[in-house]
Amino acid sequence: MAEEEKNGTTMIVFDGDLDKAMASFIIATGAAAMGKQVTMFFTFWGLNVLRKENVQGGSDKKFMEKMFEKIMPRGPEKLSLSKMNFGGMGPKMMKKMMKNHNVSSLQEMIEMAQELDIKMVACTMSMDVMGLKEEELIDGLEYAGVASYLSEAEHSNLNLFI
Amino acid sequence: MESNKVLNAEGLACPMPVVKAKKEIDNLNAGDILEIHATDKGAASDIPAWTKSSGHELVQQDEENDILKFWIKKA
Repeated sequence: MAEEEKNGTTMIVFDGDLDKAMASFIIATGAAAMGKQVTMFFTFWGLNVLRKENVQGGSDKKFMEKMFEKIMPRGPEKLSLSKMNFGGMGPKMMKKMMKNHNVSSLQEMIEMAQELDIKMVACTMSMDVMGLKEEELIDGLEYAGVASYLSEAEHSNLNLFI
Repeated sequence: MESNKVLNAEGLACPMPVVKAKKEIDNLNAGDILEIHATDKGAASDIPAWTKSSGHELVQQDEENDILKFWIKKA
């Protein structure tokens, strides 16, 4: 292959914790601001970051899929913290402190990422495993698997697993 | 120093100063000067790092009453 200037940033968002999702989106939007082609791959618990708050997945789900749909957090407002969650008090305090320090909310960061043309990809294999349907996730996503991620990573000089 | 556009990023936290800077500079022409005002302490090294990575030129950097000021020439 000819010498190619790598200008991509790829990230795997595996965890669905509020703090880790915040870190992912701060790095992603920062990289986009620096002119990088940013691709975020959401897999396993990371998919919960992309869930719509009030959408039901339909009635053709199997028992365990329905259970997962109920138990897993629906979208950025419902995520827990990876530390000091205190049964949901932690995220409330964290959001208040973020607001006091003028830090954008996760919801705002996601919108900013879309404005900056960051490519957000949902892993279809983990969607299948957990029974999540496209209509349960936010608009503007792409749907793909490991080969797409690896091929993007080849053109990237920053690759993170969060 | 003269500038073609002033970006007020005061009060904004990381990563918003660089995100806003990128959005503003996209609207300018090559050679134009973007002036940025920020209060986020990280901006003191973040704006220069962003300038370097994105190929623009940091012409001048200043601090006045806790407000960080940058003048950036678009490449």
